[in-house]
Amino acid sequence: MPKTKFLLGGLLILAAVVYLIFSSTAASAEYFMTIDELRAKGSSVIGKNLRISGAVIGDTIQYDPQTLTLTFEVAHVPGDNKEIEAQGGLAAVLHAAVTDSTRNRIKVVYVGPKPDLLRNEAQAIMTGHLGDDGIFYADELLLKCPTRYEEAVPQQTQP
Amino acid sequence: MLPEFGFGTLFLAFLVAVYSVLAALIGERRRRPDLVESARRAQLLTWPLITLSAGTLVWLLVNNRFDVSFVYEVTSRSMPTYLKITAWWGGQAGSLVFWAWLMSAFASLVTLRKWDRDAEFLPWVILVTSITLAFFLGLVIFAENPFNRYWQTMSGDVVERMFRPAGSLPFFPQDGRGLNPLLRHPGMIVHPPLLYLGFVSFVIPYAFAMATLITGRTDDRWIHITRRWTLWAWLFLSLGLVFGGRWAYDVLGWGGYWGWDPVEIAAFMPWLTGTAFLHSVMIQEKRGMLKQWNMILIILTYDLVIFGTFLTRSGVLSSVHAFAQSAIGPAFFGFIGLTFVLSVALLLSRWTALRAEAEMKSMLSREALFLLNNLLFLSILIVCFWGVIFPLISELVTGQKVTVGPPFYERATAPLFAGMMALMAIAPLSAWGKSTWKTLGRAMWKPSVVALLVPIALWIGKMRNWAALIGFFLVALVTLVTLYEIWRAARARQKAQKETFPVALMRLFGRNRRRYGGYLVHISMMLMAIGILGIEIFQTETQGTIRLGQSLSLAGYEVRYDDIARFPAPDGREVTRAVVSVYRDDKYLGELHPRIDFYFDTQQTMTIPGQRSTLADDLYVLLVDWQPVSAEQATFKIYHNPLVNWLWLGALVFIAAILIAAWPQPEAEMVPVVVTSSGSRRARVGASD
Repeated sequence: MPKTKFLLGGLLILAAVVYLIFSSTAASAEYFMTIDELRAKGSSVIGKNLRISGAVIGDTIQYDPQTLTLTFEVAHVPGDNKEIEAQGGLAAVLHAAVTDSTRNRIKVVYVGPKPDLLRNEAQAIMTGHLGDDGIFYADELLLKCPTRYEEAVPQQTQP
Repeated sequence: MLPEFGFGTLFLAFLVAVYSVLAALIGERRRRPDLVESARRAQLLTWPLITLSAGTLVWLLVNNRFDVSFVYEVTSRSMPTYLKITAWWGGQAGSLVFWAWLMSAFASLVTLRKWDRDAEFLPWVILVTSITLAFFLGLVIFAENPFNRYWQTMSGDVVERMFRPAGSLPFFPQDGRGLNPLLRHPGMIVHPPLLYLGFVSFVIPYAFAMATLITGRTDDRWIHITRRWTLWAWLFLSLGLVFGGRWAYDVLGWGGYWGWDPVEIAAFMPWLTGTAFLHSVMIQEKRGMLKQWNMILIILTYDLVIFGTFLTRSGVLSSVHAFAQSAIGPAFFGFIGLTFVLSVALLLSRWTALRAEAEMKSMLSREALFLLNNLLFLSILIVCFWGVIFPLISELVTGQKVTVGPPFYERATAPLFAGMMALMAIAPLSAWGKSTWKTLGRAMWKPSVVALLVPIALWIGKMRNWAALIGFFLVALVTLVTLYEIWRAARARQKAQKETFPVALMRLFGRNRRRYGGYLVHISMMLMAIGILGIEIFQTETQGTIRLGQSLSLAGYEVRYDDIARFPAPDGREVTRAVVSVYRDDKYLGELHPRIDFYFDTQQTMTIPGQRSTLADDLYVLLVDWQPVSAEQATFKIYHNPLVNWLWLGALVFIAAILIAAWPQPEAEMVPVVVTSSGSRRARVGASD
């Protein structure tokens, strides 16, 4: 008799965990997209939680300290790590993305302090949503500057 | 010469570790105790060898030997000496040496114990620890060598090699790149070493578990031997996590301490299985149950430790911890896969021998509640694991990469944490074997009524957040039930032994360290819970650009911008430091100095908050932006973090509690037996729970 009770209890816990996982996943899933994919999907992704990554174009960075509004444009970079490696590593990919003016770009608006690492050819990883106006409204902004940490050997020659 | 010496000693250590694996294996198979003894001595030799190598590495770091690539990557001339030393574990290659050094130290400590009664375990413990050690040393030697140097070839290229390529000249960079500014913090002294200490100590119980499975000596001996190891491992790992949180709070500048970052989760997962293990071994000792389960938990913990080391150091995931990049992934996954499959195969081969000696009868018995607690820990583990691998799964299934962020973890784990707190309130009062609602109710009703006053008071005080009300109720309930239980036991002792109350209380703790130390751990967790509830639910923030003399206000505080200055600091920084005055109800409370540090060597800036901490709340002020052109105005961001200090306070209580629980105490079987003149024998039983 106690065996069935324990079994039932176990199943109940399992069901609760499965429910928690699936409902929470559904509620907070973020769709990881490249800028090309975002452009291709068009209006179908408006309002969804998105996580996109792109190369920051330095000339477009504008910051209004009064309203703490940060705007900049990012250019498409491939999302797949293997693809990035094949194209010569993250630093090279970011550089190519910024200099190639034919790439898809998207305007980003972020309200908050200007991150220390925001600069030309940084990789921006943003979560937020796409507005009706085609602007990406970021709630969270992460930056990676690979150049510094990828140069394998030192530059300056000093015996 | 020195880099070669460091590499040479490391290579020797690797050979010695491999030898000790082989000697232990052959010695056991051929029944040659002399070979096993030789394996033991070989293992003892690895520590001095790795110490020499590590000492060399630290010497190179401290003395600016930038011709060594690792030194070039993690230090620079302007760094203070203590940071140059900590740079040892600031990069991947060095931190693997650090891991191996700790592994070797712990393996040596274990092999130095008296083995008379457990001689059959010895070769297998040596085997498991030496294989783990050899794996890490192998990684360092063949993939991530910290002693590689720079050489300039005839064609002018600079290459990185251990030994001088033909026709090349040594290349000596003028200055190093410097440690990532995020790591230039006193936290660097404690956070990574504690985490690694915790990781590595868990290898020891795993080694004994494997020895148990291989030898078929499936009694509780392995658990008795490793009980204290497990407690220390758990203390170190827990403190590593807490210090990491404190560090993040102090330097990352987002007013938080835990971001459900994949790397944080990687360190959290072995903590979950380790904590479950810590609880469920008690059931095995007391009731002879859950033996298979304990094996599963320790195997999971071991492989999650290796996985955690890999994630924190591989840079495969984008996170604040991903400083290192490398190609050691396949080796790690191979090792994890292999050890996991072998361990599980061993476990299955002994499955029937590990059957429970008794059956669980009552749903409210203490063993049933412990099992439930274990299931909750595992449930949180599953949530974490799901969150980490979900992007991979969704990409495989739908072709669309979908990630889950902190809201996922918060939502999915909050009810599980609440369930855990409820168990902490009930389980200590339930009896082994059989418990009923009636007996439980009798023990619980008084504290429950008192605890209910807390949410009622908060409700009257206009708190309407249900999660917070339930949370604070559970905190009060667990604290009261635990204190009440300690008080009752001390009172009983006071009456029975005719002692004063303080003496009775002290002796109660002394005689039953693990139980009452454990209760104190529960209370420390509740203190931490107060801090977590406070900052997670009631954090507020504001931001704005203001002129000199103007103020921002938040949660009853006024923060006035008084002054700003920019000046160079001796360790290669340019500091921009603002002075703000804090007022509450027009009363002056003090000055804060939020600042921005710009590091010349890495060209990076760090935003360091000014903090005012009290038990009630923290005021956390960030200087966000300031340009000399517009010197008059600066941008600030302010967080109000209620109760967060209780988190750190809880951590201090936690340390004390574990010290009580883990402090050496004579084991029951080694207790002196006092023979009195009349010939009657009295044995003092020390460790009982």
